[in-house]
Amino acid sequence: MGPLNLENLQKEAIAEVLESYPEKVSKNRAKHLGVDSPETSKGACDTSRSNKQTVPGVMSQRGCAYAGSKGVVWGPVKDMIHISHGPIGCGQYSRAGRRNYYIGTTGIDTFVTMNFSTDFTEKDIVFGGDKKLKVALEEIDTLFPLNNGITIQSECPIGLIGDDIQAVAKKYKSESSKPTIAVSCEGFRGVSQSLGHHIANDMIRDEIMPDDSARKDFQSTPYDVAIVGDYNIGGDAWSSRILLEEMGLRVIAQWSGDATYKEMAIAPKAKLNLLHCYRSMNYIARHMEQEFGVPWIEYNFFGPTKTTESLRKIAAMFDETIQAKTEEVIAKYTAMTDEVIAKYRPKLEGKTVMLYVGGLRPRHVIGAYEDLGMEVIGTGYEFGHGDDYKRTKEDIARSTLIYDDVNEYELEAFVKKLKPDLVASGVKEKYVFQKMGLPFRQMHSWDYSGPYHGYDAFAIFAKDMDLAMNSPVWSHTKAPWDTEEKGA
Amino acid sequence: MQNVEQIVNGQKLFLKPEYQEVLNNKKEFESNMGSIDPSKVDEIAEWTKSWDYREKNLSREAITINPAKACQPLGAVMVALGFENTMPYVHGSHGCVAYFRSYFTRHFKEPTPCVSDSMSESAAVFGGLANMKDGLRNCNAMYKPDMIAVSTTCMAEVIGDDLNAFVIGAREEAQGELDDTAITYAHTPSFVGSHITGYDNMMKGILEQLNPDRAEKVLDEERINIIPGFEPYLGSLTEIKEISSMFGDKIVMLGDHEEQWNTGAGEYQLYSGGTSLADTKTAINAKATISLQKYSTTQTAKTIKNAWKQEYATANPIGLGGTDEFVMKLSELTGKPVPKELKKLRSQLVDAMQDSYPYMHGKKFAIYGDPDFLLGLVSFIVEMGGIPTHILCHNAPRKGWEDDMKKVLSKSLWADECNIWAGKDLWHLRSLLFTEPVDFLIGNVYGKELYRDTGIPLIRIGFPIFDRHHLHRYSISGYKGALNLLTWITNAVLDQLDEETKNIAQTDYFFDCVR
Repeated sequence: MGPLNLENLQKEAIAEVLESYPEKVSKNRAKHLGVDSPETSKGACDTSRSNKQTVPGVMSQRGCAYAGSKGVVWGPVKDMIHISHGPIGCGQYSRAGRRNYYIGTTGIDTFVTMNFSTDFTEKDIVFGGDKKLKVALEEIDTLFPLNNGITIQSECPIGLIGDDIQAVAKKYKSESSKPTIAVSCEGFRGVSQSLGHHIANDMIRDEIMPDDSARKDFQSTPYDVAIVGDYNIGGDAWSSRILLEEMGLRVIAQWSGDATYKEMAIAPKAKLNLLHCYRSMNYIARHMEQEFGVPWIEYNFFGPTKTTESLRKIAAMFDETIQAKTEEVIAKYTAMTDEVIAKYRPKLEGKTVMLYVGGLRPRHVIGAYEDLGMEVIGTGYEFGHGDDYKRTKEDIARSTLIYDDVNEYELEAFVKKLKPDLVASGVKEKYVFQKMGLPFRQMHSWDYSGPYHGYDAFAIFAKDMDLAMNSPVWSHTKAPWDTEEKGA
Repeated sequence: MQNVEQIVNGQKLFLKPEYQEVLNNKKEFESNMGSIDPSKVDEIAEWTKSWDYREKNLSREAITINPAKACQPLGAVMVALGFENTMPYVHGSHGCVAYFRSYFTRHFKEPTPCVSDSMSESAAVFGGLANMKDGLRNCNAMYKPDMIAVSTTCMAEVIGDDLNAFVIGAREEAQGELDDTAITYAHTPSFVGSHITGYDNMMKGILEQLNPDRAEKVLDEERINIIPGFEPYLGSLTEIKEISSMFGDKIVMLGDHEEQWNTGAGEYQLYSGGTSLADTKTAINAKATISLQKYSTTQTAKTIKNAWKQEYATANPIGLGGTDEFVMKLSELTGKPVPKELKKLRSQLVDAMQDSYPYMHGKKFAIYGDPDFLLGLVSFIVEMGGIPTHILCHNAPRKGWEDDMKKVLSKSLWADECNIWAGKDLWHLRSLLFTEPVDFLIGNVYGKELYRDTGIPLIRIGFPIFDRHHLHRYSISGYKGALNLLTWITNAVLDQLDEETKNIAQTDYFFDCVR
């Protein structure tokens, strides 16, 4: 398809969707949808509205502030216990679903895949849950003596019934001399997960950053860095860490995949903060810069092109020894990734992809697909802000349909119109598109594979995309007796 | 580094020595005990297996750890998806809906339609009426449902939104757009009961609101309603319908979500299957209603008995006796004898039970799940001569359930050895398994960590099951369902036997080819 045709088709797709809406919805959604390309000035990446209230009654894919705090930022901190404070559901639905890998003895010194809940009853709503919370904190310390702190993750009712969890936490902290952190991340706050990330960052700022006990005897080196905003999905942070170590850097903290309290507390000792998921952790990176003078840079470890670019960018912040070693690392791994590309690119070349994810992935993974010769023709964020869309501009390689907070109705319509060869999104969308006969990969959980960060991970990514695209199962949809075309 | 000829994902990648080194390097910066002092971890791990720990654990009052229940609106969403062209609509914040959809989708490996009206801070202050007015209209315009089934999140409940008034208000202002759409509703506060309570409330709401006053009731002697309850086994729904159809063509399942979560490849349909609204609207006319999950329909029962003045019966067609009761109830209500085909299925099941009995007999089981599921499964274990040592029901109803369970256990040869644990969670179960071990554990995916900790094999029967595929397609109800249970449990016993006897030249004299 020629670039002009593609752009026209994308514009048509938007027009058709908007036309089918009630007027008020149409007006609202028009501002969230658009087309952009590397050549366009002031395209959708610059103008798209984002981080706004979701239209009521549509099937949005968005989550809530609690999901952003407990599910994303705090949940992976492995040696702390995170209480889902409120009714039973939230903690249960978010239990062990995100594949935040960690090393530890679950239930003894690490707790990530467990679910701690204050299981609110009507009585707690009516009379308040502060007393119950206090007892819960004590019971946790009795039964899990090796925990290194407790966070309280508020569910919706907490902020509505007038409980003062901050006071409970403060009191308990002074009594137990253990970190006890109350996070007011009620699900109704804000418009998506995003505010939850921000609130979670603020509590790291207020509660962990001032704790210098672990920083006092910390032996610094000139090469100390921290990984910030990598949740170690399928081991992403580990396959990133190996590269940084091989470059000669020392990774002193991982935030927050496989993280411990201590790593959170010593991060300000880093000479440089490396920020992967900008959306969910830029706040704390900025804080560490202001408060502790730790500079931060963004990087992208998806696909060899971006990984190499990022490694050089990181190395440029250090001396020549590091830079020389970095070139060795790049040379060593590029030989392998070249082989990966030689193996898979011929099978994937020219295939089109539509993305819809959260955080950093709607832009970060574009390069990895392009490395395989695949063409990303649509992308969007569940909970991005203007700065995410602006950053996306640098990553798009052709005319791209941009959709913010896309609902299921729109995504289905766009896919039917643009007919991509692969859709890469989340579990709620997965089976919709597979039923149409479209290969699909979950790009939140890596579809139970991964890691996808770094060079070794790119080999897995390539293999997985080939698996999805070239599986024989897609060819079975049409029965031999069917005369008309079925599926997309 | 990856070998391009043999690319491995994280499972094997991280076993490579260079990654083991990375993981080791990381420990220097960590504060978890395993990195600093592995012996302390061993010490505490041992302590958690003790009776001392068990006592402390069982006396917990405030913290719930690893629950075996979910919240009300989840059940309400399941109910809604059991009716034709019905969109579940959750009044409250949209994060909840993202969770419900993911939860069901991970279990069924199918899409789960559901909308919310995305209430936020402003709604918390001013109430959610504005959201509902827009939400219902938008939902209706985009998804063209015949019915919108409204439930609530805890946010809406805490601020006290009145659904009845809101629905009326939204209709009035919709300029006629909602006139042809049925809108049913139920308050489903997450801080009361569990997902089965939500099932009950939504079912009651739909049945009450779609059925006219009792004055218009026209008795249909042949009509029987069946309410399946919160049933995660789609094959069970199929089998119940098969059995029912043998007794007449006017036996209608109310809330039949089988097809919604079992559509074929080829095209995506937003709605699929479900009880027709026409059939739902005449439910009041039936001679009787049978609930297959007594404790998922306690409030619904009141509507049927008291408002509809209809015969209400419960049956639990899991296991042999439970299915017998269900079949006899149908026979009694329809006045028809038990069909030959069912008699044959029953005798085949009993034959299979007699073939396999040595393997379940005397084996100790721990089992957890929803109240009615447990009554069924435990009765089957008892029928096979197994010992249900620990029966744990986190969302056990206060009234009646324990007595019902005791009745089931009274038929066991080992009734004295069986323990009922109402209102306990899976961290309690962990202590029970360490202090009073069993041979097998039966339950949902969350038993996986108990298996890892205790080494007791987990037989996956329950909800949710995210980490094994297609089990939900099978039946656990009826005679064929009981045969599935028998197959899964017996073969799990035999798998374990192989596991224990496979050591070459040590135990493999019992590693038999014939059993």
